[in-house]
Amino acid sequence: MNFIKGITIITVFMALVGCSSSSDGDGGTQPADNFDRQAMLEHWADNIIIPAFEDLQLELTALSAAKDDFVAEPGEATLFALREQWLEAYKTWQYVEMFNIGQAETMFYAFQMNIYPVTVADIESNIATGTYDLRSVNNNDAVGFPAMDYLLHGLGADDAEILARYTTAEGAEGTRKYLSDVTDEMLALTGEVLEDWRSNYRDTFVANLNNNATGSVNKLTNDFIFYYEKGLRANKFGIPAGNFSATPFPEKVEAYYSTEVSKTLALNALNAVQDFFNGKSYGTSGTGSSFTAYLDYLRELQGGDDLSAAINQQLNTAREQIQTLDDNFSRQIETDNTMMTKAYDELQKAVVLLKVDMVQKLNITIDYVDADGD
Amino acid sequence: MGIDLNTYFRKQTDVAPLVVFRMFFGVMMFLSVLRFWANGWIEKLYLEPEFHFTYYGFEWVRVPGAYTYLIFLLCALSALGIALGYRYKWSVLLFFLSFTYIELMDKTTYLNHYYFISLLSFLLFFLPAAARFSLDAQRQGKLYLKVPAWNIDAVKLMLGIVYFYAGLAKINSDWLFRAMPLKIWLPSKFDLPLIGDSLLQQEWFNFAMSWAGMIYDLAIPFLLLYKRTRLFAFALVVFFHVFTRVLFPIGMFPYIMIVSALIFFDAGVHHRIMEIVKRIGTALGRKRPTPPLQVIPEYRLPILQEKLIKPLLMVFFVIQLLLPFRYLLYPGELFWTEEGFRFSWRVMLMDKVGYTTFTIVDGKTGKSFEVDNTDFLTSFQEKQMSFQPDFILEYAHYLGDHFKAQGHQNVEVYARSYVALNGRKSTPFVEEDRDLYKEKESFKHKDWIIPFKDEIKGL
Repeated sequence: MNFIKGITIITVFMALVGCSSSSDGDGGTQPADNFDRQAMLEHWADNIIIPAFEDLQLELTALSAAKDDFVAEPGEATLFALREQWLEAYKTWQYVEMFNIGQAETMFYAFQMNIYPVTVADIESNIATGTYDLRSVNNNDAVGFPAMDYLLHGLGADDAEILARYTTAEGAEGTRKYLSDVTDEMLALTGEVLEDWRSNYRDTFVANLNNNATGSVNKLTNDFIFYYEKGLRANKFGIPAGNFSATPFPEKVEAYYSTEVSKTLALNALNAVQDFFNGKSYGTSGTGSSFTAYLDYLRELQGGDDLSAAINQQLNTAREQIQTLDDNFSRQIETDNTMMTKAYDELQKAVVLLKVDMVQKLNITIDYVDADGD
Repeated sequence: MGIDLNTYFRKQTDVAPLVVFRMFFGVMMFLSVLRFWANGWIEKLYLEPEFHFTYYGFEWVRVPGAYTYLIFLLCALSALGIALGYRYKWSVLLFFLSFTYIELMDKTTYLNHYYFISLLSFLLFFLPAAARFSLDAQRQGKLYLKVPAWNIDAVKLMLGIVYFYAGLAKINSDWLFRAMPLKIWLPSKFDLPLIGDSLLQQEWFNFAMSWAGMIYDLAIPFLLLYKRTRLFAFALVVFFHVFTRVLFPIGMFPYIMIVSALIFFDAGVHHRIMEIVKRIGTALGRKRPTPPLQVIPEYRLPILQEKLIKPLLMVFFVIQLLLPFRYLLYPGELFWTEEGFRFSWRVMLMDKVGYTTFTIVDGKTGKSFEVDNTDFLTSFQEKQMSFQPDFILEYAHYLGDHFKAQGHQNVEVYARSYVALNGRKSTPFVEEDRDLYKEKESFKHKDWIIPFKDEIKGL
């Protein structure tokens, strides 16, 4: 008898809660104040991530062609054209490095594209032996954009010396081959990542609306913040400026050998971060749903300060600080490193806003240990 | 009053609720340890990190390398011993010691319900929970029908304290008038079927859940005690815990609370449970004819034991009642400083996120560098360290020692820390110009914490 009573009560209780939830859905429309995460993921995939990879593939195809021209006929004209195309592709790369998800994550794509500083001895020994597995972990510091940086700008003291390495010097053939292999490998890797996005991962990504550590929103937010903190703030500024060591390392800047482009690349990376934050479509002027829209939605519910505005403002401040720097970060560090650390400090302030304030509002788990909570 | 207390302590009652509680507790603990093991958490939480956060006064508790598995094995086996009532006193003692040792190894994993398990197993050690329905009873050839009622009431009191104090802690302005942190947590469960993208997104629902949670916690011990509301209360317990289990990653805890609440029922229910368990036992083929047990109507503690245990448990409960209020001895906002926060049934009360980085400075030359926390901490440890002052201090000392041992001179350690509490904008958390390597851990207030900028009213 008592058990029947108990079951009745539970059923009534469940029904009450059930009713109040279904009555919300009875109108057939979503409540106006619900945020459409699916639309955000679609926008990220279709208008930002895939277009950025497509553009990178175009740039790398052009790079490969320029390399072919150079290898066929090594001279000043072909070298300059190759360098120019390398920089174009490198700038585009800044727009995809943060998307360490899907196939890119599986095959450690970014580790094969942009680990710097390179280890010159590894590159030279690869050239000398002519046998190498470019995808091996041991070659992460001998491939990708930084390796090309060395091959195009660092092989000699001036252009004549560099060209000699490809023409008259001993082992010139091996040097040409290594340059060729490294370039083609970057194109191949990018093709694999893009192909997977198109044929397979895009739908998985968009469909995974879970809010746990493996959900798409959660994962990409983690990637985004991690990239900002590590790839942008630490690698491009903190490490060369000596924030993590007793002395600065001017030789650890990005594109060290080409000397004049580290600022350009860093500014591109910052723009990429801010564009993604605001949901700006890649390569067009359109915008869609992203962190800004998400935070604004939550602000309606939770109240509080305008966080998306604060983050944009801090990123702008950081950009202004970076713009005062020398085009060549290496030279900046050697002449006046305090300017470099000032830029780092401004970037750091945005880490706090992203990693503390934004993470709390979005309630995203930063760690992947799914231990129990209270 | 003195006479009343004496009669109360002499009152005998059916032992069934206590022995059924013992069995369920043992089974739940056994499953919890297995689950912990199977999830790979022994490795992730204890073996992989190179550094562990210790409890003040228990710094000597270390992770004993591969022997950690032995401790967990011991814990699982003793839990099984509790369930079966096999050498009960030893089982429960070993369980209490091994479980508590595990918890003391690293406070990163502190959870109120682990603390609850430690307390409960401590309490169970003193109760005759294997007086019947146990291998001990079979072995000794006798069973007891009744035990002093206070033995069962002690467990009820423990459960009551947990609920009631959790309710008291919810009487604060963030919980009741800002619906925080539920307003952060519930909308983020958008992937829940039916209610995720509708009900959970509604402001009124977040408020309703906050208030309902507070009233539930405060009222449930009394509703369970009172016979006429008991069944309704139990239905609430089931609903509430299942609902929170769906919403939050809280592991085994809801199930533990559900079966624990059974102790409030009359013995009839427990006799039925015992009957079912016995039937399952026979169905599984345990038909070994056992000699009939000698039935002893009442269990009485030996005089000396009784003289020791009763005052001991009274002191235990007085401590339980007072400990959660120790925060009143500290200045500043409890949620911010967390001085007196743990061991107080402050469950799911706040959402706190921090970001803390450390700089090692040579005090003489002024040369400095920033530490990459990922070199020393797991992401879970880093997350917990970033907003808890005692973690920050212990880690600062660890870093200081580490770099001193590496040959750095005149080591000073400074922290830069930002913390956001319950959706407020992040603000600086510790004084940046304070050399934490010089600060000592103690029960005293940590005056290097920058005071909370806002105010949270309430208990």
